[in-house]
Amino acid sequence: MTIIWTGMIVVSVLCGLATGRGGLVAAAALEGTQAAVELSLSIAGMLCLWTGVMEVMRRAGLAQKLARLLGPVLGRLFPSVRREKEIMDSIAANVSANLLGLGSAATPLGLEAARRMERLSPGVASDALCMMVVCNTASIQLIPTTVASVRAAAGCAAPFDILPAVWLASGLSVCVGILACKLCARVWRE
Amino acid sequence: MLELMTSMLVPLILAGVALYAAAHRVDVYSGLVDGAGDGLRVLVHIVPSLIGLMTAVYMLRASGALELAAQALAPLLSRVGLPPELLGLMLVRPVSGSAALGVGAEVIGTYGPDSYLGRVAAVMLGSTETTFYTIAVYFGAVGITRTRYAVPAALCADLTGFLAAAWAVRLLFGAG
Repeated sequence: MTIIWTGMIVVSVLCGLATGRGGLVAAAALEGTQAAVELSLSIAGMLCLWTGVMEVMRRAGLAQKLARLLGPVLGRLFPSVRREKEIMDSIAANVSANLLGLGSAATPLGLEAARRMERLSPGVASDALCMMVVCNTASIQLIPTTVASVRAAAGCAAPFDILPAVWLASGLSVCVGILACKLCARVWRE
Repeated sequence: MLELMTSMLVPLILAGVALYAAAHRVDVYSGLVDGAGDGLRVLVHIVPSLIGLMTAVYMLRASGALELAAQALAPLLSRVGLPPELLGLMLVRPVSGSAALGVGAEVIGTYGPDSYLGRVAAVMLGSTETTFYTIAVYFGAVGITRTRYAVPAALCADLTGFLAAAWAVRLLFGAG
């Protein structure tokens, strides 16, 4: 992340100077910090609500049931943490929320899994954690409601007619993400 | 019907979990409050990494670097079957969800929701995620700065999503 962040800052300063937008870049730095705090506050409620719901699901045994249901697939994706019951429960809940298109619920559920994974290998992103982050950056939602509402607002009669194309595209992108992770896990040296 | 179902999804899940837990003699409310407290602790870890990332993203957008990249990449894009008109969308998509939705809505409005470009834009939005935001949130929350191969692998998946979006629309609707 150090390389990426520094790179982004340096490129924006150089481009800002080259295009004569130095002032805009300076203003944008201030705007960015404000937007980050606003975003954090706006997700705070949903984040706390869904970690709460997850806790209830765990105490009631629902999370474990979900994990058993998705176990065969998830066990293969996360072989190194397959034996960690609590991690697998959180991953199963995270994947389910993603499939339902509940992004704001998926994040807190996934973060629980991430925190437990971090305890197993402090400070470094383990293979399992990389896999989970990549799965979350590739969209796997079944019904993209936001896009459909944009299309409907533009006067589209059948806003959901793109569904098969969305499934094809997101399915392919998730597969490539997973393959990339499995491949990198083997060859990455550090 | 589909719309009603998706709009009622969250309340239905909340009610379902509460009823199921209550039927299994779980103290629903104290569980909810305990868990929500944990959520607050997670949030404290997310804020710093979001501030770092969003500052960089805003600076990058204001500097005009994305437009320069768009000009440089346009010829390459048409060669692999991606419409150059959508390059702005593809560059914004990994860094900002709301900005990408804005750019996408503009494309859909300009070319029409049932045009080739309108459809590809919609499929791109529906089949990819805000990659950098997700990475900042996850690794920020657990305090990991050595992200190893997570970023390149995620960008690989995004690129595939874009290519597949154009390809799937051509396959299912034609290039009209």
